[in-house]
Amino acid sequence: METIILFAPLVGALISGFGWKLIGEKAAITTATVLLFLAAALSWVVFLGFDGETRIVPIMRWIESGGLSTDWAIRLDRLTTIMLIVVTTVSSLVHLYSHGYMDKDPQWKDGESYMPRFFAYLSFFTFAMLMLVTSDNLLQMFFGWEGVGVASYLLIGFYYRKPSANAAAIKAFIVNRVGDFGFALGIFGLFYMVESINLTEVFAAGHHLAEVKMAFLWLDISAIELLTFLLFVGAMGKSAQLFLHTWLPDAMEGPTPVSALIHAATMVTAGVFLVCRMSPLYEYAPGTLAFVTVIGACTAFVAATIGLVQNDIKRVIAYSTMSQLGYMFAAAGVGVYQAAMFHLFTHAFFKAMLFLGAGSVIHAMHHEQDMRNYGNLRKKIPITFWAMMIGTLAITGVGIPSVIAKLGHTPIGFAGFLSKDAIIESTYAAGSDVGQFAFVMLVLAAAMTAFYSWRLIFMTFYGTERGDHHTHEHAHESPWTMTVPLIVLAVGSVFAGMIWYSDFFGDHVAEFFGPSVYTNHDTNHVLHDAHSVPAWVIWAPFVAMLLGFVVSWLFYIARPGIPGALAAQFEPVHRFLLKKWYFDEIYDFLFVNPAKWLGRFLWKKGDGAVIDGTINGIAMGIVPFFTRLAGRAQSGFVFHYAMAMVIGIVVLVSWMMISGGAH
Amino acid sequence: MENLLSIVTFLPLIAAIILALFLRGEDAVAQRAAKWLALIATSATFVVSLGIWFQFDPANTGFQMVEDRAWLGGLRYKMGVDGISVLFVLLTTFLMPLVIAASWNVTTRVKEYMIAFLVLETLMIAVFCALDLILFYVVFEAGLIPMFLIIGIWGGKERIYAAFKFFLYTLLGSVLMLVAMIAMILDAGTTDIPTLLTHEFSSSTISVLGWQIVGGAQTLMFLAFFASFAVKMPMWPVHTWLPDAHVQAPTAGSVVLAAVLLKMGGYGFLRFSLPMFPVGSAVMADFVLWLSVIAIIYTSLVAMMQEDMKKLIAYSSVAHMGFVTMGIFAFNQQGLDGAIFQMLSHGFISGALFLIVGVIYDRMHTRDIDAYGGLVVRMPAYAAIFMLFTMANVGLPGTSGFVGEFLTLVGIFQANTWVAVFATTGVILSAGYALWLYRRVVFGDLIKESLKGIADMDAREKWIFAPLVVMTILLGVYPSLALDVIGPSVAALLQQIEPIVSAGGDAAAAAAGH
Repeated sequence: METIILFAPLVGALISGFGWKLIGEKAAITTATVLLFLAAALSWVVFLGFDGETRIVPIMRWIESGGLSTDWAIRLDRLTTIMLIVVTTVSSLVHLYSHGYMDKDPQWKDGESYMPRFFAYLSFFTFAMLMLVTSDNLLQMFFGWEGVGVASYLLIGFYYRKPSANAAAIKAFIVNRVGDFGFALGIFGLFYMVESINLTEVFAAGHHLAEVKMAFLWLDISAIELLTFLLFVGAMGKSAQLFLHTWLPDAMEGPTPVSALIHAATMVTAGVFLVCRMSPLYEYAPGTLAFVTVIGACTAFVAATIGLVQNDIKRVIAYSTMSQLGYMFAAAGVGVYQAAMFHLFTHAFFKAMLFLGAGSVIHAMHHEQDMRNYGNLRKKIPITFWAMMIGTLAITGVGIPSVIAKLGHTPIGFAGFLSKDAIIESTYAAGSDVGQFAFVMLVLAAAMTAFYSWRLIFMTFYGTERGDHHTHEHAHESPWTMTVPLIVLAVGSVFAGMIWYSDFFGDHVAEFFGPSVYTNHDTNHVLHDAHSVPAWVIWAPFVAMLLGFVVSWLFYIARPGIPGALAAQFEPVHRFLLKKWYFDEIYDFLFVNPAKWLGRFLWKKGDGAVIDGTINGIAMGIVPFFTRLAGRAQSGFVFHYAMAMVIGIVVLVSWMMISGGAH
Repeated sequence: MENLLSIVTFLPLIAAIILALFLRGEDAVAQRAAKWLALIATSATFVVSLGIWFQFDPANTGFQMVEDRAWLGGLRYKMGVDGISVLFVLLTTFLMPLVIAASWNVTTRVKEYMIAFLVLETLMIAVFCALDLILFYVVFEAGLIPMFLIIGIWGGKERIYAAFKFFLYTLLGSVLMLVAMIAMILDAGTTDIPTLLTHEFSSSTISVLGWQIVGGAQTLMFLAFFASFAVKMPMWPVHTWLPDAHVQAPTAGSVVLAAVLLKMGGYGFLRFSLPMFPVGSAVMADFVLWLSVIAIIYTSLVAMMQEDMKKLIAYSSVAHMGFVTMGIFAFNQQGLDGAIFQMLSHGFISGALFLIVGVIYDRMHTRDIDAYGGLVVRMPAYAAIFMLFTMANVGLPGTSGFVGEFLTLVGIFQANTWVAVFATTGVILSAGYALWLYRRVVFGDLIKESLKGIADMDAREKWIFAPLVVMTILLGVYPSLALDVIGPSVAALLQQIEPIVSAGGDAAAAAAGH
């Protein structure tokens, strides 16, 4: 059954990508969609029926060389099953949604066939993502890791006529490769130290690696800290963490369903998955974990600040995604991988829905994405409005603080409320300095999250109609293929947190995760302590959320003049945020331009002047002589030289024979 | 069949002789006949060479299918293959029919063109099979001649300059090798390669003009061979002949050059340098490793700024060959396996990339990147194939390009983490130049007037790419196909040199300490 889940999307991709000329566009994309729903249904069967026993399903040999031996295989444990349902559920809904959203896309000319290609990419992405989450060794994970990168590259650049889309696609691929650079070195290092990159052997070596040092560059460094750090660099790239995040906002050039699937719910969470998957190593690497926490917390904070001032509806959600990924890493960093996975799980529902909702708005507004041209849309697209509303309630973390009321042992609230508060409480419970730092940053980020999320709702659905009058007149609700996925995800956004709270974070967490997540109980009690934090810690994110909401309401409903005045008053700050902290400009200055300059310099000066100059000038002075000689010659002349060479070789051989070189 | 290797080697030559003797005239009929004969001969050669594949026993690490006869005046004609060489023979026979098919539109001196390629095939196969030092030298050098002619006659505007540059670079390297070979023969008293493989050349430190040479004669011989192989590979800084040769060569010539001729350098290191001069190799290993790293980074950066498609791919070839030399001089199983695999995989990928340039060059007669843009609009099949090989070129897992890169890097990490870290930056840079090329040629809107009528690939062109696509993916997903063949011979080689390499390394370290 696992094999069917894994390969159904690949079959769908091949049929849609190559078979559509035979069976027709409609049939091709429908087949891809049906296969995805099949995979999703089977994934839920596997998830709900999973007995806690780690199983390995071998498929085929892969790279074998000396002591290195890797197979294509499926490793089925709790982490895998969680990822299976997240990936296939969101993917199947996005497939369905795309039937409506991508239909009659104005980016294309009449008669151009783009739907099968789009669905092929989506299905291929799903396949690669499933390879990533089911892998039993780091190499197959790397296959999936780069595979989703390619799918992402192809989908960001899907509108290949747009220069901005092409630029964003390349940027995404290359920034991810920077991360993969670290990931790859981590794999090399693991093989060097453990003589295997299969998860079972690697996990068993965690304790040993903690006690040895390895020579790396000029360092003599703790093996476990170094290796986990290198792997985390990969995670930073894929999950758009601070310093390697610049590709994610640009990735919004891709069609909106892509943003929902890849750049919100699944691919960007691969880094979080990686850290959780490798918990048997990370648990022995306190230094790296502290780094993970700090990066996660800073990402959550920085992304939230940028999100405050963006006007493109998709970019707001993109920064919100980046920020939420920071939350997940902060949780993993303090050793509560379960909370990270919990937030990954709930976030997939509400963030996919926010994106698909945004897509529905964009669809209604004739592909206008600037929120300054929206306004008062709630009556015209009511289903979308309510879906977005639920998504916002979920992401801002609306619920009843558990100190007031609980349902048994489960707090009451939207999905994001339970998982996000679990993270914030965990960071506080960690007790360490970085934990405290993360706690403060995450609470601040929570306030900002509430502000920009409500700002999005207010600017889009409330107030007065702005922008093109004609567009507003024709705004209409989307077809059922688009609204059904919204409704399904809305249900998830409301209930997923409460239903699975006890499994992911509450009473059943130990038996739920089983051995798939490792906690070193000698040093790590954070998960336990997170359930007995002081009441004010529980109140903190709730108050932050309320504060964000009130300010947002004040700015965009009650006193719409304030934002403009503030932006004018604090112009440098506003521009700093609008320019995204100038990361792109700094990277261009530091890396891109010097690389280009160096390339040109090495080519013209290095190859041209120095190497050719030297060799031509000294040893090869005869070349120009020959070329001059042959300058006016017919090509027949060349034969003469060839003949001379043949004679030369014959003479050489004869000489060797005569000189008695041979016996 | 006892003479299988000879049959495979000489089939193309026989076809060439038939062409030379019996085909007359320059009309369309004669041209067609020449093309078909060449295609049939190379295809037949490939089919027969499959016999080598089936007869070959990977578990046997010695030479197989050995033939040994007397030749001119006391020299030996000795042929045979082992796990290191057998796949190069197959790579050659596999590619040649495709190369001929890709030359279907040649109109000038077709007969001579086909003869050149057929002779070249015989010589290339002989290089990988030769087990006699003089035989090896003769075919190794003679291979230059048809290639020289191919560039010099059927090449582009600057073909004469490029042909001479190609010829003189490679020949000057070989002269040093010849001197070393003579020294070897005098020392060992034989030209038999299997015997030479077991001969121990002197490695005691000698003093030349006051210079202490660690590793003595072995180091000197190593350097002499290195001069030849490094130019062939080509390694930085003797790589500059390659971009010129590629740019001027006709498409088919570029394919053979990149896919097979470059591999002779790597093959030479494995056949001669490592097993015969293990001490010399150990002494010089760091030097070679750093040249490799410089090649990877330097040529990747240079590739990024190229304006000519063929030059870009040529520079990318140099970078990929950097991984090969790096893997070889890691002196471990993963490194060597990876190096050989990388050479095979690069044969398919770079061959395909030059064919890809050829497809649009045939249509537009320019290789300028700026002359293109938006091809995907009118050439979707072309865009798809180009994308696949671009990804293979950047080493995407699931394509053969990944396996070689990965294994060589795994290998070098165990030997030298500095080199590993710098070389791994190559994966970032390669993504840079390859994707940027793709974007400028294929993506964007099709707005250039000249491109408005460009046609997608026809059936012949698609059939040329089909086998390359299959091999690239097959080897990427199931590399054991090749690694099972390579592995045992590499293990035997390593077993032979490992103690010496580590001891030689110590000697070098000791000398450096003094």
